[in-house]
Amino acid sequence: MTMRFPEGRRLLVPYVTGGLTTDWTDYLLAYQDAGADAVEVGLPFSDPMLDGTTIQQAADRALTRGATTDAILADLTAVGDRLSIPVVVMTYANLVLHTGVAKLQEAGVAGLIVPDLPLEESGPLEQETAAAGIDLVLLAAPSTPDDRLQLICRRSRGFVYAVSVMGVTGERATVAPETTVLAHRLKNAAKGRLPVLIGFGVSTPGQAAVAGRAGDGVVVASALMRRVLDGATPADLSHDVAALRAALDDPIEHRAA
Amino acid sequence: MTVIATRYLREPAVGGRFGEFGGRFVPEALIPACAAVEEAFRDAWADAGFRHQLDMFRTRYAGRPTALTPAWNLSAELGITLLLKREDLAHTGSHKINNVLGQALLAQRMGKTRLIAETGAGQHGVATATAAALFGLRATVYMGERDIDRQALNVARMQLLGAEVVPVTAGSRTLKDATNEAMRQWVAAVDDSHFCLGSVAGPHPYPWMIREFQSVIGDEARRQVAAELPTGVPDVVVACVGGGSNAAGTFAGFADTTARLIGVEAAGGAAMTDGTPGVVHGSRSLVLQNADGQVAEAHSIAAGLDYPGVGPEHAHLGRSGRATYVTVSDDEVLAALHRLARAEGIICALESAHAVAWVLRAAGTDELPRGSTVLLTLSGRGDKDLGQLR
Repeated sequence: MTMRFPEGRRLLVPYVTGGLTTDWTDYLLAYQDAGADAVEVGLPFSDPMLDGTTIQQAADRALTRGATTDAILADLTAVGDRLSIPVVVMTYANLVLHTGVAKLQEAGVAGLIVPDLPLEESGPLEQETAAAGIDLVLLAAPSTPDDRLQLICRRSRGFVYAVSVMGVTGERATVAPETTVLAHRLKNAAKGRLPVLIGFGVSTPGQAAVAGRAGDGVVVASALMRRVLDGATPADLSHDVAALRAALDDPIEHRAA
Repeated sequence: MTVIATRYLREPAVGGRFGEFGGRFVPEALIPACAAVEEAFRDAWADAGFRHQLDMFRTRYAGRPTALTPAWNLSAELGITLLLKREDLAHTGSHKINNVLGQALLAQRMGKTRLIAETGAGQHGVATATAAALFGLRATVYMGERDIDRQALNVARMQLLGAEVVPVTAGSRTLKDATNEAMRQWVAAVDDSHFCLGSVAGPHPYPWMIREFQSVIGDEARRQVAAELPTGVPDVVVACVGGGSNAAGTFAGFADTTARLIGVEAAGGAAMTDGTPGVVHGSRSLVLQNADGQVAEAHSIAAGLDYPGVGPEHAHLGRSGRATYVTVSDDEVLAALHRLARAEGIICALESAHAVAWVLRAAGTDELPRGSTVLLTLSGRGDKDLGQLR
């Protein structure tokens, strides 16, 4: 199953760290009910090179709880019947190479994001995922030159992930100017062939509205995971995601937020 | 000879590969930065002016060439000829200065104003702080909380030299996590900062570049040994391996000879012996990891060897058979450190004592028969470890 997105609206992809709590798949269902277009599931890794404090803490907590890749994928398989939106897995190269694409395929995973696998290293995995019917999503950064953006957009599947700031994942006070610049450059490079989703530092509905207008949608991770780390339930996060949904659907109203 | 030469790569293959190892596994944001470091290094390394400048600082500042000291007493006791390459005599007390002088000059050449570094035992951090002071650069050094406790003296040295030492509280709170944090910070500071990595690890070109900067150890030792031994080259070349920079630099001088190359790892942090192929800190190499692919915590009495990975070139040298990697226990290391101190009047670093421990164990066996000639790199001095040893 590869990714299919609804036409004509800004896309919302909220994130959860797999295995973070016993009932972590309930967050996926809550996201779905609140209007998410896909869900991103992080497979916790011991050495998350591109993650800030919040996601690091979430991964640490999941691993301390005894979460394993196999158990998380089993949970995904179990919840599969109740999820109608695509599941995109995000994890680091070591875990992907260790786990293998077949296990992701068996768990019904539709997309895969590997932040430490740049173009030069992604060839073999592109072939494997394509054969398995999984979209390998490539990432672009503000420092990526234009000719490379073209290549990334040509080879990315499902969507292209705009890492909107030079930095790690984490909440930020405002949407950085470089975010909008990168979004426009990527939209030009993608030529409408695939959606441009903005991630890193998109925390509030207001920020989602701004970033979502610049690109085709947003990925929201740290702001949600901080809430879970603080004890928020799936029902609580359903409200948060619904607020993001509303902001994306009606960006004008939320522009000043 | 031809066979040996093909197993040893003067320069890594396309994409920074040493055989199946190496590469550039970093976030997209860092790709231009890695490419810029590679381009700057290629340009500088081919530039006689840069080489001359680096040689000048090595000679007049760092105290090179370092001595080659026969271990007279141990040699007599063990029935071998043991020659010590004295990186402990280099300025700041370890081989780390060789690499850092090169990278600091490179950073200046690239117009960077700050060095970001990770450190375990603190020797690389001290070397970075030193070069930063010399060249008027700012330095930020990431160090695991546990290592800060173990290596308080080196923390004080870094601070005295004007560097900012940032404690890392994530994960195992050691070198592995300090390396993650330094790379995370580099992403955010890449405009004005050079990531001054301390070992032959990380994304291309770091493993190659750092091997080249450290090859001064092996090149000097080759000439010095030739003057000392009738055979010209030793039977065995031995060095300790954490990430493996002093061993890579030493081996570089002897890769095209018949000398056996031996890397000695800590039994609790032996990526070459117990590791499996994996990707950590920007390259594919051998990594200590659990059945789930999580990187394991390494354990060694020496903070500098408390690292679950190893440089990709070592993985290649080991897999291809050009070098052999062995392990020694913490107890053997402590015994070796004491024996070297009493026999030769040299207090070496706990890291370096790993190499000594192997020689003590192997001498007189088939591994190292009586009459063998051995070059051993003493990568650093032991002052930093005294708090731990008392």
